[in-house]
Amino acid sequence: MFDKFALLGFGPGGWGLALLQGAGITIAIALATLPFGLALGLAVALCKRADSALLRGFATVYTTIFRGVPELLTLYIIYFGLPILVQQLFALAGSTASFAIPPFLAGMVALGMVLAAFSSEVWVGALNAIHKGQREAAAALGLSNAQAFRLVVLPQLFRVALPGLGNNWMVLLKETSLVSVITLPDIMFITTRANVVTKEPFLFFGAAMAIYLVFSLISAWGVARLETRSNRGFAAFGGTTR
Amino acid sequence: MNWCEYPGYWIGAESLQNYGCRMANGLGITLQLVAYSVSVGFVLALLLAVGRLYGPKWLRVAVSGYTTFFRGTPLLCQLFLVYYGLGQFRLFWQDVGLWWFFREPFSCALLTFTVNTAAYQAEILRGAIQSVPRGQFEGSLALGLHRWATLRLVVMPQAMILALRPLGNELIVMIKSSAVASLVTLFDLMGATRFAFARSFDLSLYLYAALIYLVLVEIVRRVWERFELRLTRHMALR
Repeated sequence: MFDKFALLGFGPGGWGLALLQGAGITIAIALATLPFGLALGLAVALCKRADSALLRGFATVYTTIFRGVPELLTLYIIYFGLPILVQQLFALAGSTASFAIPPFLAGMVALGMVLAAFSSEVWVGALNAIHKGQREAAAALGLSNAQAFRLVVLPQLFRVALPGLGNNWMVLLKETSLVSVITLPDIMFITTRANVVTKEPFLFFGAAMAIYLVFSLISAWGVARLETRSNRGFAAFGGTTR
Repeated sequence: MNWCEYPGYWIGAESLQNYGCRMANGLGITLQLVAYSVSVGFVLALLLAVGRLYGPKWLRVAVSGYTTFFRGTPLLCQLFLVYYGLGQFRLFWQDVGLWWFFREPFSCALLTFTVNTAAYQAEILRGAIQSVPRGQFEGSLALGLHRWATLRLVVMPQAMILALRPLGNELIVMIKSSAVASLVTLFDLMGATRFAFARSFDLSLYLYAALIYLVLVEIVRRVWERFELRLTRHMALR
């Protein structure tokens, strides 16, 4: 029994180091996707609230598509489809250069676009939660629309959006397991390979579960900390004052 | 020509015509997987939610451990653990006569999806039950209703309405997540499309599959919206 656990260790024949590297890749892709996805999500949310019907239509179509298509399929389409698209663009310019997209970038783009669709809902909710008076007051103070957004709305937005964004992050963290299918050596990829070599699937997938669980628990704790921190000063007013 | 070859024929996509029937079969498997796992998961979730709220201390701890575990790890990982991991103990399963179950990717995927969605639905139901105002419990206590009668006749009908929307979201999430079943050699819609792509190298097949999923999700969303309106038609604000 115990000699099996040596497979997870760092000794000769142990997969410990590989698993750690895999865990690093998982964290790296999740952290790299987060800012990209959230920023795009905020942009989509602003489009949803725009005056222009064109922008609103675009935002609705965008969220409908990326919330309705399985992440795995999105990943395949980006990974296999984007190079073809770029190649065709190159061909228009008369170049025959072939083009491949690195798995990390493909994963980041695909997961980021899905994250944007889901987080845009959270952003819209948060934007609606910020009282209209805030913007009116900013206008009365002579701030331009852009200034009012940047200096008045944005700083308050984060606090309101945090619980929803925390959920988005947890979902993203788990979704990164899908990038293993486009050969990015994350936890799932490493454990799948370890399984092929050692024929110990229960041990290795169990270890992968444990790693993901630890990441989730740490994230839940971190999000809770952030929420407490961003809500400081609000408790005295009943906690929900806007 | 079979009916499932027509869509490809009509739009003049040869590969869709060739693999249309496989994809239609795949869609059937996806629908079966989702329908069975979400409905069985719902029953399981009801038990879990009640156990989590009203059970003895050990049961509460056990249920919250269960939900944390299944909500904190990726579905893909759970699926691999069940299909490859539990499949490792072949001799044991043969001894207890369950090998037929753990040998098949379909039953493994079904099991995984069921326990996974049960964890998510249990949390939804727990939240919904907890959102029912306290006065409702006290009122039914004052009327002399038994605990179970309170739960069944007073609390649940109100909690279900609150849970309706998140449950619909969970159904949609399961439709999308079921695509990972293709990674344990199951030919669901995603698996059939992967197979077709591997043979034809026609990327547009993925786009057609995306369109099918999209239409499926939109139909479910709209039907659910109708369903929700219908069930809440007695309420003043909606």
